[in-house]
Amino acid sequence: MKIVTTRRISQTFFFSIFVWFCIVGTVGQKWWQLRGWPINWFLQLDPLVAIGTILTTHTFYRPLLWALATIILTIVFGRFFCSWVCPFGSLHHFTGFLGNRRKSAAQKIQLNKYRRAQCIKYFVLVLFLSMAAFPSLAATLQTGLLDPIPLITRSFNLVLLPIADSPVSFVSIAQRFYEGAWLILAVFLTAVFLNLLIPRFYCRFICPLGALFAIFSRFAIWRIGKREKECIDCKLCEKACEGGCGPAGNIRISECVLCFNCRQDCKDELIGYQTQSSLAGEVTNPDISRRGFVLSLAGGIFAVPAVRLSGKLAGNWHYKVIRPPGALAEEEFLKRCIKCGQCMRLCPTNVIQPSGIEAGLENLWTPVLNNRIGSSGCQLNCTACGQICPTSAIRPITLAEKLGTDEFSDAGPIKLGTAFFDRGRCLPWAMDKPCIVCQENCPLSPKAIYTREYFSTVRDGIFTVKRAVDKTIETVEETIAPGKFATGDYYCISEDGERSKIAANTENTLVISADKRFGKIPAAGGKIEVQVRLQRPYVDIEKCTGCGVCEHECPVSGRRAVRVSAEGETRSADRALLLKR
Amino acid sequence: MTEENDRNFGRRRFLARAAKAGISIAAAAGASYLLYDSKGPGAGGKAKELVTLPDFSLPARPGQTISVVKGSDRIRTLNKAIELLGGIERFIRPGETVAIKPNVAFASPPMLAATTHPDLVAELVRLCLNKARAKKVIVTDNPINDPASCFALSGIGKAASQAGAKIILPKAHLFRHTTLAGGKLIKDWPVFYEPFAGADKLIGIAPVKDHHRSAASMTMKNFYGLLGGRRNIFHQDINTIIAELAMMVRPTLVILDGTEVMMTNGPTGGSVSDLRRANTLIASTDMVAADSYGCGLLDLKVTDLPYLAKAQSAGVGTTDIDSLKPIFATIS
Repeated sequence: MKIVTTRRISQTFFFSIFVWFCIVGTVGQKWWQLRGWPINWFLQLDPLVAIGTILTTHTFYRPLLWALATIILTIVFGRFFCSWVCPFGSLHHFTGFLGNRRKSAAQKIQLNKYRRAQCIKYFVLVLFLSMAAFPSLAATLQTGLLDPIPLITRSFNLVLLPIADSPVSFVSIAQRFYEGAWLILAVFLTAVFLNLLIPRFYCRFICPLGALFAIFSRFAIWRIGKREKECIDCKLCEKACEGGCGPAGNIRISECVLCFNCRQDCKDELIGYQTQSSLAGEVTNPDISRRGFVLSLAGGIFAVPAVRLSGKLAGNWHYKVIRPPGALAEEEFLKRCIKCGQCMRLCPTNVIQPSGIEAGLENLWTPVLNNRIGSSGCQLNCTACGQICPTSAIRPITLAEKLGTDEFSDAGPIKLGTAFFDRGRCLPWAMDKPCIVCQENCPLSPKAIYTREYFSTVRDGIFTVKRAVDKTIETVEETIAPGKFATGDYYCISEDGERSKIAANTENTLVISADKRFGKIPAAGGKIEVQVRLQRPYVDIEKCTGCGVCEHECPVSGRRAVRVSAEGETRSADRALLLKR
Repeated sequence: MTEENDRNFGRRRFLARAAKAGISIAAAAGASYLLYDSKGPGAGGKAKELVTLPDFSLPARPGQTISVVKGSDRIRTLNKAIELLGGIERFIRPGETVAIKPNVAFASPPMLAATTHPDLVAELVRLCLNKARAKKVIVTDNPINDPASCFALSGIGKAASQAGAKIILPKAHLFRHTTLAGGKLIKDWPVFYEPFAGADKLIGIAPVKDHHRSAASMTMKNFYGLLGGRRNIFHQDINTIIAELAMMVRPTLVILDGTEVMMTNGPTGGSVSDLRRANTLIASTDMVAADSYGCGLLDLKVTDLPYLAKAQSAGVGTTDIDSLKPIFATIS
């Protein structure tokens, strides 16, 4: 078998399992749901994830050890990952081929030549790593913005899959929503359509992971090269060169993505994959200018403090940044989150959403809870997000830790925030309507939402008694809407303060509930007052965990009458609301 | 090509072009005619096609309307309670499709009794399939928490499918709009319709639970799960909506499980300390009667639940249990 055929099989295989891992990232018991499928594997293979978190945390988190294998293989064989494994690379490879296949050989050779601008990806890498590398200044992990594995994971899981699944409801029984998914799609499509301009545009000019591999491939034991110094100089080897590494002349080892097209296209079989350096000469170092390097390094160092001038990690923190249960304190969280979106994909209720930039630039695409989206806030008996997080930005907590039971009973449950009532919008508080859906749905025992009974006189609710017989009071006024007070929530009060439930009414009579008999029948000419019995909700701040089920269920469906805000979250002491007992 | 040739060619081309232009004009004019709308959109939007849930109830059999069985073993009390009403064969004929509506509202484990006990659902499925030789049993609900999680954590999904039932999750296309004749609240409202439309019989099976707003959640309140849309707005008038649910849904049989009763913190519960053992299971063809008996397990009176009187005056059933001559039994 030709080596390029082997490569295509490998690309198809890894792309297929990547797509498969997107599909099976659903909590459930069926074989095609998440029951042991290693859906984080591509993220774990990604050395940029590993090195980024090593720089920010100074530790090598165990599940990321797979990246060491990728690094070692790259040191031995060169950038095999780009053309053999990377699902984003395969997508670029394929669309680049589709978009340019009708062009002449001469045009293709022109398209695939080496360009000076290919050094941009090194500056992207240096910029991101320098943002991560100086914790004494302020470190943040932003590699996930352009790191191809988190980028394609997020694009497939949060955009393409929900669109593809929505007509068939196979993966999810209800439509999944992701706030601002259009931006994720826009970045993804831009990267894909740039292949029509130049094949593998993203890989050649932007990809920080490719840049990292380029550095590691410097000492590659096997490499592509010419077996003879002289050839007929037909340049056909550059016709389909994926990396734009110029194999006809001084091959740039750092740009070579091991597509093997040059070896395939050389009619004289002068190109080999060998330990011998190319006889036509090779350039092993990436083409990085000192000035560019220093500028991007300095850019990274200055960027983080500049972004943080908004105060989003200080007093001006955004109350809507409600992180999933088990999320680390904000600064530590931002040192680990790679914006891959796995927590958002897996969350069974769809409440975890990609953040926008309103809570700070660094927050883009990090997970926040939006209780208006999804099937029911953060579900009490669920810890899926922490179990899947590849970098432990959300710790893999147990249910006992989340609920504060067993050995965690001293620590208490994990709070995501606190629910607050908006008494200007709440039906029992502002509009004299019974409701308390929030109280009913509070999943805690005892409930964090409790009620106090309050009897409120209804508008125009004072009537004059015409006559009263047994349980029926006839009023002088004949203006009551029939049945209006018959819901079981209305009471009438006689002048001596006796309160009785109303069972029925017509336009001029009120009938008292069957189990009730007036102690003293109201006198003709006296006044009778109609009141509605309200249960007005309150939050017990000691109990509320900020799960957001109340906010999700609140029937005031626009701006909810009960809303969770991040105050009181367990993960940051400076946002505490309650005095320690 | 000569000048003359060119002109000839031009003439022919002109005719062809004129013909194409004519067709285009005809198409544009025709499309305009077909799509012509002199009125514009009305205020109410497009009216939806309305459906009505089938009536699953059977003719009454005096003296065999409600049975109350005391005992701690749910499987035995269930079998006994149904047997006392004439056996499952009275309700289900061979070859029929049976829909079972348990309460699967919350994603919480069976021990907390916020949902129907999975053993009960499984036994009921077995009774329908094995004893009454039903063709198919479906188990379905439209829960409050995430549906897939509710069926998984409550244990009902696994128990029912192992017993041979088909689980139907509330996908959007299964809802249709309905209007309840004589109703005040259920008007042009989405209801979980499709799974029931294809069924011959319907059995509701619910636990007895405290409910702060309506005092108690039992067999009638269980059918809240058939409502779609933003159904929470009905809490403003909870008694009317529960009575209307009882008017809208006419089950063949209801089972009310008071083996463990959620006395406080309902309807979610969340702790075993919210429960009390009452060791009672009720089977009834009259939901109002079942709930009228059940409220006693919560130390409530019939008048504490205004929806019972409302349902009774709507003709759904009776709160006067004694008039039905309930059959009592105890399993030691």
